[in-house]
Amino acid sequence: MVPFAGFEMPVQYQGIKDEHLAVRSAVGLFDVSHMGEVEVRGPDAIAAVDALVTNNVRGLVDGQALYTVMCAPDGGIVDDLIVYRLAEDHVFICVNAANRHKDVAFMREHLPNVDATLEDTSDHYVQLALQGPKAEALLKPLVDDADLSALKLFRCAWMQVAGVNALVARTGYTGEDGFELYIPGEGGAVVFDTLVERYVPNDLVMCGLGARDTLRLEARLPLYGQDLSAEINPLEAGLSWVVKLDAGHDFVGKAALETIKAQGVTRRLRGFRLEGRGVLRPGYAIFVDGRPVGELTSGGYAPTLDASIGLGYIDVEHTDVERAEVEIRGRRFPVQVSKKPFYSRPR
Amino acid sequence: MQLPDSYRYSKDHEWVSDQGDGTVLVGITHYAQDALGDIVFVELPEVGAELNAEDDFGVVESVKTVSDVYAPVSGEVVAINDALEDAPELVNESPYQEGWIVRIKLSDPAEINALMDAAGYEAFLNDGES
Repeated sequence: MVPFAGFEMPVQYQGIKDEHLAVRSAVGLFDVSHMGEVEVRGPDAIAAVDALVTNNVRGLVDGQALYTVMCAPDGGIVDDLIVYRLAEDHVFICVNAANRHKDVAFMREHLPNVDATLEDTSDHYVQLALQGPKAEALLKPLVDDADLSALKLFRCAWMQVAGVNALVARTGYTGEDGFELYIPGEGGAVVFDTLVERYVPNDLVMCGLGARDTLRLEARLPLYGQDLSAEINPLEAGLSWVVKLDAGHDFVGKAALETIKAQGVTRRLRGFRLEGRGVLRPGYAIFVDGRPVGELTSGGYAPTLDASIGLGYIDVEHTDVERAEVEIRGRRFPVQVSKKPFYSRPR
Repeated sequence: MQLPDSYRYSKDHEWVSDQGDGTVLVGITHYAQDALGDIVFVELPEVGAELNAEDDFGVVESVKTVSDVYAPVSGEVVAINDALEDAPELVNESPYQEGWIVRIKLSDPAEINALMDAAGYEAFLNDGES
């Protein structure tokens, strides 16, 4: 167990490799209740959130989710978020645990003067992530009143799960199919206990923060605090697709991001795969033609690939190279450079 | 706790097994491999390297962390466990046998006596947890 954002979090249960591979081949359960929740309500809820985030919330329909970032006036990333439109007057936002208080203060400061209220409801929800190709088959018998199979990727709906009201979203942070469940109040423990008693250990593997990190890294999903930060803007982080500069409305950081786009970024996020043995770690320097061109922001062992992989930023003039070197304890080792995820689930 | 009686132990959680010919095998303890978790890479020294006690001579990388390995005794590295290159998980699966890391030719056999015996190491571990 390790302390994390005010919670005592398990790094692993039976071992990171086993947990990781169980999510790739079957299904794993993560208790991610440390994640924060913010709810915006009122007739102008959607416009209010659109003024805070870079992606286009007003393009959503009820029950649709959206990945986005929230940027400071200078374009630096305050946090990356999942925004759920629950209704025309109700937007539900999942924020990173370590950023919760910073995010809520930022949102309050920049909330436009419209008819909407913002509430930090983090302590009200248990969040469980059920991830893996067998997640749907496992959860389906616990859902009484809805067709779980009909829930598409990045959609969400309130359902009765184990007799308890839960917001079920087909989202996740592993690169697999799966669900994230937001369960109000005491119901969270009911769903958790039901899943554990019914399925663990034979059909469901408990997973900790360690596997969450290796799974997201293989899927090339960035981690705030490492690959994303206040010193990094979304255009260099490969997140231009969530920055809607032509949306027709203003949002915090838009002017700065327009300037950055016009001038061009100075570095870009790339993926790295170590060709030989060893392990890439955050902070290691990247070299092209013997010159330092950047550093890793994430790195580790990828159980599905049985190789070491990392993410990092390299100077823009070198972003098209196919190979580079990373320095590990004073020696340089060849790495492959990639723009794509290291792992994509079979469809 | 699995602690071979005939081994000696360091405060850095290495073990030493006297081979009776002036050499010792060195590895990391069950406690150390358990704390590190799944081990995915072991960086071995060169055969012929001269080590002083407490020098770091190798690195063990698990999925979650990286840890130096320190020489519990002084001497020359006369063999390394090549099997760890392809199967670093041997350190998890068999820390006291197949997961040995190096064989050292002792330059001062008396150094072994300065290390803890099994009972001493067990007490050391218990102290650390209380």
